[in-house]
Amino acid sequence: MKGSLIILSFFATGLLLGVFRCVPLSWASTDVSFFVLCGLMFFVGFSIGHQPDTVKQFRRIHSRVLFLPLTTIIGTYAGVLAVSFLFKHSVSDLLAVGSGLGYYSLSSILITQYKGIELGTIALLSNIMREIITLLLAPWMLKYFGKLSPIAAGGATTMDTTFPIIVRTSGKEFSIVSIYHGFIMDFTVPFLVTLFCSF
Amino acid sequence: MYSVLLFIIAGIISGYFFRKRKVRFINALILTLIWVLLFLLGLEVGMNDNVVRKFASLGLEAAVIAVAATLGSVIGAKLLWGSLKNNKQ
Repeated sequence: MKGSLIILSFFATGLLLGVFRCVPLSWASTDVSFFVLCGLMFFVGFSIGHQPDTVKQFRRIHSRVLFLPLTTIIGTYAGVLAVSFLFKHSVSDLLAVGSGLGYYSLSSILITQYKGIELGTIALLSNIMREIITLLLAPWMLKYFGKLSPIAAGGATTMDTTFPIIVRTSGKEFSIVSIYHGFIMDFTVPFLVTLFCSF
Repeated sequence: MYSVLLFIIAGIISGYFFRKRKVRFINALILTLIWVLLFLLGLEVGMNDNVVRKFASLGLEAAVIAVAATLGSVIGAKLLWGSLKNNKQ
């Protein structure tokens, strides 16, 4: 938990510095984040490659794990439907937000384009929150929902931003599942968002 | 986004190449980079005036959707994980 609070404090510090314009605008450019992400991925890959038994361990996991992206999408929609009565937005609008699956940058741009800035902002916040929930609560999810749950929670981010946390929480043998899951999600998010925005 | 995969692959190959050497700093380095990314994510949100202005009114709705969506998906994962374990026994 201490580690999660440290992570959150870095986000909070960034947020405050951003709000009060304490740093140049260029610091928040996606290019910088992207290069840091690439560096992160290299070293995460390094830690996987450093242990060649990882892939062999994954082969022992049941092939039914291939259905994980499907259960993630169905579970996400079931969750969104369960709370849809609370809001004035239409069910399809809310499902479009859920279709972001944590991929906040792309989903919020698409939804803003299709449905306007308000729903786009909700998509941005909601999917950032999904990522933060995953980063903070991964160990708790593992305890109550099993080793696949941090991957399901991470949605489309399990190939990049939540990948290191998932590997640390579920174990290195789940790194391939995590990459597989994120890869499928990244493919499907634009299609799912567009589908629900078309209603 | 797929170019990120190339960095993972390059990392895996490099890691495999150096597998006989102990690299102790790697986990600390990974954690530090996570901190940097989260800091940058905070900056991005904080510098977006539109998001900041609507944060209070839209934040609650976003939070409820996020929690419901995440909970639904982890329940799905629990069911799948349960079916895997039953199958092995």
